[in-house]
Amino acid sequence: MTHDTYTDAFIRDVLGRVRSIALVGASDDPVRASYFVLKYLMDKGYRMIPVNPKLAGGTILGQRVYASLADLPEAPDMVDIFRNAKAAGGIVDEAIAAGARVVWMQLGVRNDEAAARAEAAGLTAVMNRCPKIEYQRLFGEIGRIGINSNVLFGARRPTKTFKKLI
Amino acid sequence: MSDQKTFGFETRAIHAGAAPDPATGARQVPIYQTTAYVFEDADDAASLFNLQKVGYIYSRLTNPTVSALEERMANLEGGAGATCTGSGHAAQMMALFPLMAPGDDFVSSNKLYGGSINQFRNSFPRAFGWNASFVDFDDLDAVKRAIGPKTKAIFCESLANPGGVVSDLEALGRIAADAGIPLIVDNTLATPYLCRPIEWGATLVVHSTTKFLSGNGTSLGGVVIDSGAFDWSKDGKFPALTEPEPGYHGLRFHETFGHLAFTIHGHAVGLRDLGPSQAPLNAFLTLNGIETLPLRMERHCANALAVARFLEGHPAVAWVSYAGLESSKYRTAAAKYLPGGAGSVFTFGLKGGYQAGVKLVESVELFSHVANLGDSRSLIIHPASTTHRQLPPEAQAMAGAGPEVIRLSIGIETAADIIADLDRALAAAAG
Repeated sequence: MTHDTYTDAFIRDVLGRVRSIALVGASDDPVRASYFVLKYLMDKGYRMIPVNPKLAGGTILGQRVYASLADLPEAPDMVDIFRNAKAAGGIVDEAIAAGARVVWMQLGVRNDEAAARAEAAGLTAVMNRCPKIEYQRLFGEIGRIGINSNVLFGARRPTKTFKKLI
Repeated sequence: MSDQKTFGFETRAIHAGAAPDPATGARQVPIYQTTAYVFEDADDAASLFNLQKVGYIYSRLTNPTVSALEERMANLEGGAGATCTGSGHAAQMMALFPLMAPGDDFVSSNKLYGGSINQFRNSFPRAFGWNASFVDFDDLDAVKRAIGPKTKAIFCESLANPGGVVSDLEALGRIAADAGIPLIVDNTLATPYLCRPIEWGATLVVHSTTKFLSGNGTSLGGVVIDSGAFDWSKDGKFPALTEPEPGYHGLRFHETFGHLAFTIHGHAVGLRDLGPSQAPLNAFLTLNGIETLPLRMERHCANALAVARFLEGHPAVAWVSYAGLESSKYRTAAAKYLPGGAGSVFTFGLKGGYQAGVKLVESVELFSHVANLGDSRSLIIHPASTTHRQLPPEAQAMAGAGPEVIRLSIGIETAADIIADLDRALAAAAG
């Protein structure tokens, strides 16, 4: 598939079918973007698994931090990658080996070769997007602070959250 | 419905930002006339204050009615986000606030609304140390020459007030990009229906929503729209967006929020600390106005062209400056940037000078003599004795507001009635 644009339906489907998310490049600094995303997705009911070799053994927001995807006790549904494009290539290969179903590279991160490898292995790949922004955009939250959601609804807006899905 | 890119301007003018109210199902956007919002729990409050999630705390920062207008304006201009303000003047302050520090400067067109020239020339330097250098933007080399090491922005109006001047947005966008600074465009007179400056390279668009967007002369308001495409971190010129913000525990807005940084900063710091929020009732009335913007602008433009042609043939009229006329030096620029019409605000010169101008505004009956524009009613003003009165004569002339100049804002009444009123008043002013 082309990764220049994604339909809202595609992103909504990805966010709706994953339950556990390993976040590679997790931070315990509460003003860092990766901390924002971890906290936000946890609040929405996702089971968040922080991954960062420097913080391994500790906890972030009560969740145990793992050194690498290979150390996880179970396969995560999705791996969210907070690393640069080059490093993301290796993380994608680890995500495939770990049995993830979705690899998601953060806003500003794009590695087409890695995405192609993931797709060849049967995974879904998303690049250059933020799952927090997408969730807020698709479920009517981001406009609260004046951000253009690019979503129009004449019917009732879907208000279902992850918590209600399960 | 899904991707807005498949929807036309008219559809988005009605639906963008205005989904049925999630709490009640109300189809029209409710007027949320409230100052504060109850938190779900302490963690919810902490997340909101830390900007870890977006929501409502206090209406100086965010309000559901105002945010519906923000999202609609961001959508119509093709931007990433928008921040509404209490007036167009407040929007200009809020556009510059994250960019400027005391001693910085910006390069401004000298053809601006007189109130903007006052704001830039007098209050900004005195209160904030923000200095404007005024340049004739028809001379693009002069714009380039005016950019110095402390220059943080280029500012112009897409279609300039008082009249008939069209800025070369694409060329100005390139000059700004080469200098690593944002182009800020006041798009009040054109509205996003006629011109979308972001498509030509603008980073920020400001509006007085008081005018055509609101449409009925009922509601003051302003808005700043950010394209989301500018790299604030590239040269270290914009520390407010890239350095740790002490008010948020050292958060760096651009690093944390990426292309949403300017708009989130606008609410979380700009509206919080400067406080020029828009009232929910005004946002509601403006949202209603925008629903009919495309229809109104078509009529405004058609009527204005008819009136401009009439004036051009009138013996008491020395010249007409309307970019939609064949005689306009901005005709080519108007065809490029304003293909749907050259707006409805323009100027003309009276052979009888200052006295004839004063007499004309006192002789009209259908026209209203007011210091406003972009109303459904036809409006007339003599800038030299009103809006541009505080400017010295040479600045008046430079701004296109010399003693013989009349500014019209043509409404959506019957064109023949507008022309008949002017014809009669012109005869009275000449007599």
